[in-house]
Amino acid sequence: MVRAVEAGDRVGRILLRPSTIELVGRSLGLVVVVTGLCLVIGVGVAALVTRTSLPGRRWVGALAALPLAVPSYVAAFAWIAAVPWARGFVGAAIVLTLCTYPYVLLPVAAAMRGVDPAQEEVARSLGRGPWRTFWSVTVRQTWPAAASGALLVALYTLSDFGAVSLLQYDVFTRAIHTSYRASFDRTPAAVLSLLLVVLTVLIALGERRSRRGLEQARIGSGVSRRSDRIRLGRWAAAFSSVAVLAVLGLALVFPVASLLYWFATGLSAGIDAGRLVTSAGTTILFAVLGALVTMALAVPVGVLVARYRSRTSSAIELAAWAGHALPGIVVALALVFFGVRVAQPIYQRTPLLLIAYAVLFLPAGVGAVRAAVAMSSPRVEEVARSLGSSPLDVLRRVTLPLAAPGIAAGTALVVLTIMKELPATLLLRPTGANTLATSLWTETGVAAYAAAAPYALALVVLAVAPTLWLMHAQGRLAATEDL
Amino acid sequence: MNRRRRLPLLVSALTAAAVLALTGCGDGSTVVDKTEGADLVIYSGRNETLVKGLLDDLAKETGVKVGVRYATSAELAAQLLEEGDGTQADLFFSQDAGALGALAAAGRLDPLDASVVGKVQDGFADKSNRWVGTSARARVIAYDPRKAPEVEQMTTIDAVLDPKYKGRVGFAPTNASWQAFVTTLRVTRGEDQAKAWLEKFKANEPKAYDNNIVALDGVEKGEVALALINHYYWYERVAEKGAAAVTSKLHFLHGDDPGALINVAGVGILKGTDQKAAALKAVEYLLGPKAQAYFASKTFEYPVVEGAEVPSDLPPLKELDGLALDLNRLESLDKTLELLDEVGLS
Repeated sequence: MVRAVEAGDRVGRILLRPSTIELVGRSLGLVVVVTGLCLVIGVGVAALVTRTSLPGRRWVGALAALPLAVPSYVAAFAWIAAVPWARGFVGAAIVLTLCTYPYVLLPVAAAMRGVDPAQEEVARSLGRGPWRTFWSVTVRQTWPAAASGALLVALYTLSDFGAVSLLQYDVFTRAIHTSYRASFDRTPAAVLSLLLVVLTVLIALGERRSRRGLEQARIGSGVSRRSDRIRLGRWAAAFSSVAVLAVLGLALVFPVASLLYWFATGLSAGIDAGRLVTSAGTTILFAVLGALVTMALAVPVGVLVARYRSRTSSAIELAAWAGHALPGIVVALALVFFGVRVAQPIYQRTPLLLIAYAVLFLPAGVGAVRAAVAMSSPRVEEVARSLGSSPLDVLRRVTLPLAAPGIAAGTALVVLTIMKELPATLLLRPTGANTLATSLWTETGVAAYAAAAPYALALVVLAVAPTLWLMHAQGRLAATEDL
Repeated sequence: MNRRRRLPLLVSALTAAAVLALTGCGDGSTVVDKTEGADLVIYSGRNETLVKGLLDDLAKETGVKVGVRYATSAELAAQLLEEGDGTQADLFFSQDAGALGALAAAGRLDPLDASVVGKVQDGFADKSNRWVGTSARARVIAYDPRKAPEVEQMTTIDAVLDPKYKGRVGFAPTNASWQAFVTTLRVTRGEDQAKAWLEKFKANEPKAYDNNIVALDGVEKGEVALALINHYYWYERVAEKGAAAVTSKLHFLHGDDPGALINVAGVGILKGTDQKAAALKAVEYLLGPKAQAYFASKTFEYPVVEGAEVPSDLPPLKELDGLALDLNRLESLDKTLELLDEVGLS
C-alpha cells in the first residue's frame, strides 16, 4: 500500500490503462459466472441431499464436499492434460466452480437440515405448491448461509492464482504476478492489488446487503422437527442422479483418477519417500499452528461483528476480507518488507509465516464464527445477563459454547486452506522447509508431472480430514439452532 | 447443556495438537529453520530438482555449510529487492540473466574478481563483473522432419512467418525464454520492427502452449509442424524416452539471428554479505570443471567456461553466439510484456 501511495501520478496512468479496465471486466466476469454456478450446484445438491428421496443421498452428501480437498491448481492441471481445449475463460470457470462449490454446499446443506419446517408448512397450507414453497420459503431461509458461502467462492475466485495461470486466463492475480516478474517494479502490482482490495470490499458489502433483514435465529418454544422429504418421481430421480454423478465425476473422480494415472506412470522412477513424509509433516505442522493463530484472532472479531455492530466492527471485518482477496504473493512481499525492517528475528522463521497465514485466511475463520454466533439468538445472552452474569462471563459461558461448532468449522476451513497455500509459503517458509504444496511446485516446475503426483495425492488425502471435520462441524452448527 | 462442554473440549484438542506439532519440530522430525546452521545462504531461482545434486556436491567439496531457498527467479529477485540490506542471502543463483540484471541495476550485487569472471567465455557475464553466467541455453526450432523438412534450411526466425506455417507453429507465450527472445528482437531490431514481426507472427495463428515441454509434445503428436523452444527440452526428452521414441529434430538458426538467442543461468554475490569468502568459493565451484560437467550431462545445458567439454552432438557455443548482445538488456522485460499485450500475444 505504501508503494501505491509513493507512486503518485503513475497510479492514475496505471488505473486508466485500457488493459486495467479490461482486467476488471475479466475478473468480475469470472467471479460472477463461478459464483453463480456454485450457487446453482451448491444449493441444488444440498436440496437434493437434504430434502428429497434421492437414492444414495447419504453417500452423495459426504462425497460432494470432498472436492474442497483438491487444490485448484491440481484440478487445473488434470484438466489441461486431459482436455487441452479447456483453457481460458471456459476452463477457469469450470475448474474454479468444481473446486469451490462445496463452500456453498456445506453451509446450505447444514441450514436446510436445521431450518424449522413450520414456515414451509404454513406456505403449503396457504396453497403454495412444493416447488414454489421451496423457492419462496426454503431458499429464502437458507440465503444467509448461501450468501456467506458465495462470498467465499467469489473471494477465492478473485485471489486464485494457480488455476488461472495454468489455464491461461488473464485476471488480476495473473497480471500482478506478471508485473512482479516482468519489471521487478512493484508499483503496478501494488496499484492493481489496491484495486483488487476495493473490488473485494465491494463484493463483501454486497453480500452483507443481501443478508439484511433476514432473521437468522429461530425463536420459539419447542424443538424444530425435520422437514418431510420430497418424493422424487422416477424420471426426476434418474435426472437428479445423473446430474449429481456428473458433478461428482468431474469434480472428484476425474482429478483423482488423473493423479492416480500419473502416480502409476511415475512409480517406475521411484518415489522420494523421505521427502514425501517430511513434506507432509511440515504441511500438518504449519496448517495446525497457522489455524490456531488465525482462529485466536478470528474468534474475537467474529463475536464482535456478530453481536456489536458498529462502524468500527464493520471496518475490522472489511479489513479482514481485504487480506483474503490479495494474492499470496502480494501479502508475502508485504511481509517481507515488514519482516526485514521490523521483525528481523522472526523473518523467514515459522512465526512470520503463521502471521502471513492469519492475514490471508482470517476472513474464512471470521465468517464461520460470525455465522455461528449470529445463528444463536441474542435473547439467550440477554437472559444470562439479566440473571446477573458479567459480560465476560456471558461470553465465556454462553456465547462461545454456542459458537463452538462455528469455531470448529472455521478452524477446519483454515487448516484446509493453509495446506493448499503456495506463494506465501514459498517466500516466507524457513529455509529448507518443504510443504506438500512447495514440493509439488518444485516437481511441476520441471514438468515432472509423474514425480509431482505423489505430493498432489498426499495433499488430497491429507485435506480429506479437515474437509470431513468441516462437514461434521457444519452439521452440528445446524443443530445448535434448536437450542 | 452438553454443548457447554464442547468448547473446552475443542480447545484442549487443539492445544494437544499444537503441543504434538511443536514437540514434533523439537525432535527434528520436521525440517524447520535450517538457516541457523548454514554459513552460506543461497537464493536459488533454479529448480531444486535440477540443481540440488550440484549444490549438495558444492557443500561437500568446499566444506561450506549451505542453506538454500528455492522459488522462481523473478519472485526471489522481487524478494531480494524488498529485503534490501536486511537480506540473509549471500548468493543469488538465477535461472536467467534478466533477474540478475535487475538486481545489478538496483545496486544490490557486489562486483566479482575479474579473474573469476575471466574464466567464462565472452558475452556470458556482466561487463562490470557484477554477475557471471554459469551455464547457457540456446533458442532453437524443434520440427517434425516428415511435415516440415525444409526447416533444416532455415537461417532466420523470419522464416516461420511464412503463410505456409499458418496454424502450424507452436510456442509458449508465458515462458520466460520466449519473452527473452522477444526482448532480443526489440533490442536488436528496434521497437517498430519487433512489433511488425509479432503482428505477422500472430496473423499466422500460432498455437499457444503452456510451456516448452508441452509445445515439444505438440510437435511429437503432430499438432504443429514446428515449435520455438530451448534446446535442452529436446535433450531431456531423448534422455527420458530414448532417441528412437523421439521423432522431432532440432534446428539451430544462424548465430546472428535473434531467434538463436543464447541466454544464461548465473550467479551474483549480494552486497553486504558477511560470507564473502564462502560465496566466492561457491562461485568458483560453479565455474569449476565438476559443476560445468554437471550442467552438460545432467541438465543438458552448455557449459560456459573456456575449455569445458560440450556434449558431442551440440553445435559449439562459439558458432552460435553471433549476436553480441549485452544480456543485462534482457532486464527490460516490462517493455516486452507491454508490447506483447499491445499485439495481443500475451
